[in-house]
Amino acid sequence: MSEVVVIKNGVDVVNDLINVIVSNRDYLSEIDGAIGDGDHGINMAKGFNICKTRIDGKELTLSEALAELSDSLMEGIGGSMGPLYGCIFTGWSDSIQGKTELTKEDVQAMLVNGMSELQDISPAQKGDKCLVDTLFPAVETFQQAVKDGKTFKEALNIMKDAAAKGRDSTKDLVAKIGRASRLGERSKGVLDAGATSCCLLVTQLADSLEARIK
Amino acid sequence: MKLNRIINDPNLVVEDAIEGYVAAHPEFFSKTNHERVLKYPSIPQQGKVGIVTGGGSGHEPAFLGYVGKNMVDAVAIGEIFSSPTAGAFLDAMKAADGGAGVACLYGNYAGDNMNVKMAVKKAAAAGITVKTVVANDDVASAPITEKEKRRGVAGEILMWKVGGAAAAAGYDLDGVIAAAQKAIDNCRSIGVGLSSCIIPAVGHPNFNIDNGMMEVGIGHHGEPGINVVPLQPAKEMAATMLEPILTEGIFEAGSEVVVLVSGLGATPTMELYIYYAEVDRILKEKGVKVHRSYVGNYFTSLEMMGVTLSMMKLDDELKKLVDAPVHSLGMVQG
Repeated sequence: MSEVVVIKNGVDVVNDLINVIVSNRDYLSEIDGAIGDGDHGINMAKGFNICKTRIDGKELTLSEALAELSDSLMEGIGGSMGPLYGCIFTGWSDSIQGKTELTKEDVQAMLVNGMSELQDISPAQKGDKCLVDTLFPAVETFQQAVKDGKTFKEALNIMKDAAAKGRDSTKDLVAKIGRASRLGERSKGVLDAGATSCCLLVTQLADSLEARIK
Repeated sequence: MKLNRIINDPNLVVEDAIEGYVAAHPEFFSKTNHERVLKYPSIPQQGKVGIVTGGGSGHEPAFLGYVGKNMVDAVAIGEIFSSPTAGAFLDAMKAADGGAGVACLYGNYAGDNMNVKMAVKKAAAAGITVKTVVANDDVASAPITEKEKRRGVAGEILMWKVGGAAAAAGYDLDGVIAAAQKAIDNCRSIGVGLSSCIIPAVGHPNFNIDNGMMEVGIGHHGEPGINVVPLQPAKEMAATMLEPILTEGIFEAGSEVVVLVSGLGATPTMELYIYYAEVDRILKEKGVKVHRSYVGNYFTSLEMMGVTLSMMKLDDELKKLVDAPVHSLGMVQG
């Protein structure tokens, strides 16, 4: 019998994601201030809070709750982060429609679909100094862990490590995409704000899923 | 430090400003079902190609100020320095569509590219044909060999002017797109920044330029330029800024051009004219003929001190379209 994550109410999991962004609002803006506008945390918290007002107190599948999160970001904040995260969460939501129990293969399919939705609208590559530097290695290592027959919990933890390493890798990168790319060499030496928020989200997702493994 | 600004809530500056624009200028702005979309009152006009643009706020009178007769029909309005949502672009396209298709003329930024791309897809699903031109007139933002990476700056205004006049003259969608594309292809811009700016919700300066210095090639959001040099008199500043524009080789002796000089928000208008006199003098020396000039605060960056210079080379078609009458908040002519 393979392990499954049982999600009674998807709102609880998405609320965990909302809380991790909202509680890191100032930290994310501060990181962004070094090479960006300094508004990453402000915009992200704004979009995630919009979602909170839409889902609070409801009973939704994880797919439905993620769709609400995607809509909140796409319609609520615009910019670059609205469409980027909006597409990732749409991809996650679409691949687990109707499910209340997720196998690690389901989670893998969900993560891969988020990645491909993102690639549909953004040409970003690993090494560009953006959220892709966190997301892609996280997804790829989770895939590999599932292939290697790791347990659900092990695979989630391997993904968390990869996300953190991916985030940290942006420190020494020169930005090749987005507004920071105009800085050239001057963008080196600081973390990318998008890679950092992506690490918070991937890590929180892993923790929220792990807590629900039956 | 207390933010010294005329606002209510730093998080609601865009909403509050839209209220003011609509209240002050009902002749230019009608609200739509989308709170971040404004349109020209008599739009849509059956059979006319709709002109849509959009971008982050903080650049006023851009983008909304170019909604008007013979210019932009509907505008999507973003947060300060942040792209409008795909939904806002989509609703602007719907508002502007008079059955002849929509030309979405906007600037080359990652967020705008993604949101417009999604909106175009959704518009197609709703039966509206949208074609786009992406402005990339800023010579300082990437070398000519990587022109597709260049940002759109104040040259966008000339693109809207030409595209809007073409649509008003009865061009079809492909014709409008071709004219707007030619306008921006014939356009080169560069900016110089002397001070930073503060996004109200952030509350502290977006970047830093030391007193007595100027950043050559600065972007509309404070993106770093080519280099930071000691502040120059207007005469030298004009030469410094013209040099990278003229080395692109599209403006030669005998060329006829439009020159657009815009302040970045904090520059006294008087100084824009001091600067323009120097640009005009150098162009005369080079034998470049200024057919028409615009000097003022056309495309700003909150309260940044500085100036942008845009030049567009004319041919017979562009000349006719640039000279056509226009009536908008940001530009009145004829």
